[in-house]
Order: sequence, then C-alpha cells, then structure tokens
Amino acid sequence: MTKANASVLLFHEVGLHARPSVKLTKVAKGFGARIELATNADGPWIDAKSIVRVMAAKAPKDTVLHFRAEGGDAEAAVAALVRLVESDFAEVEEGA
Amino acid sequence: MSDKVGIVIVSHSPDVAKGTADMVRQMVGTEVPLAWTGGDPGGGLGTSVEKIMAAIDAAWSPKGVAILVDLGGAETNSEMAIELMPEDRRDRIVVCNAPVVEGAVMAATEAWGGASLDEVRRTAEELSPG
Repeated sequence: MTKANASVLLFHEVGLHARPSVKLTKVAKGFGARIELATNADGPWIDAKSIVRVMAAKAPKDTVLHFRAEGGDAEAAVAALVRLVESDFAEVEEGA
Repeated sequence: MSDKVGIVIVSHSPDVAKGTADMVRQMVGTEVPLAWTGGDPGGGLGTSVEKIMAAIDAAWSPKGVAILVDLGGAETNSEMAIELMPEDRRDRIVVCNAPVVEGAVMAATEAWGGASLDEVRRTAEELSPG
C-alpha cells in the first residue's frame, strides 16, 4: 500500500470557500486512494472526498493545507491536489 | 443513460429554484442530471405536483433522483409526485431533509463522483443539525 503526503500554502483570496471546496473534492474523488486533509499538521484529519467536511473546515487564506493519502494512486492523488491549490484552483480535472 | 444520481430542485419561487440550479451548474458542472421547478401553474409562488413530476423525468437517472425542497408544500407536493411516478421508479426517488441551496450543491458534488442515491442523500443531510 502506497502512502503519500504533502503540504501546500493556500493563497486563494477567499480561502477554502464553496467553489474551491467543490473543486478540491472533485479532484479527490477521481482517485481510489483514501485521501485526508488537515489545516494543522497534527490534525484533525478530514476526508478530502467529503464535500461537507471540506467546506466545514473553513480554511482561510494563508492556511497551510496538509494532505495525506493511502492507496495505489496515493502519490498521484496528493500531487494532483497540491497542483490544484498551487494553480489557485484553476484546473478542475474533469473526469480525472 | 447517466451513471450519476439526478438532482431536482423544488422551490416556491422559480427564481430561487433557477438560481440554485445555476449555482450547481457553475460549481459542480453539467455532468450531473439536473432539473428545477418553482411556482404554481398560475405563475404565483407555490409548487405543482405535475411540474415536480416533469422535473423528476427531466433529471431521471437509473441510479435515482434526489429532490431538494424549500418549505412545507414543496415537500408534501414532492412526496405526492413520487407517489404518482411509475412503481418501478418510486423507490429510487428521495426527498432530502436539507437546506435547498446548500443541499443541492453538496448532493450534486457527491452525485458527480458516482455515489449511490443513499450516499447522495446522506451527504446533503449531513448539513442539518442533529
């Protein structure tokens, strides 16, 4: 079982609000791995595929987002999520 | 046809229903079957069983349809619409106990990922206290 993790600075102007949350969840759902997200390195960790939990995290601008994933495509999943945040949520990997 | 649960938005106001659908389309995309209805047949505020049935048909998916409603009559009329649907479809249509706008976006996001009708409903209802 592959494990992967990464951290990335959330610089999106309004933080992890509705639209970015939906995009992040959609990207996460494109992978088979279990993917979790935290706004603190020590957790709590939330399911990155759960739109309700991701939105409830209410991560503001300048939060460091931590991702961790476990499963066959864990590395690709974490890479895609980091890319999404770094691109300021520009890319939605439709059908990914 | 679609491998994603369909979403139906029912509000007393056609403007609210359409606005909610606009938000779902912009945030989640157009891959999820989506229909909205609002207003009574006379053009006033209200809901209509017939229009709800037509919306269910428009958003139909073999995986089922989740309905988001606003107040009282929207819910009872949606339940009546479900009862009037063909028997083999009735058990694949649910009314979610969730706020209409937030619930529709959450439900559609979950549906987009290919979730089952039950998972879609639970996601929308996770929003509600208790």
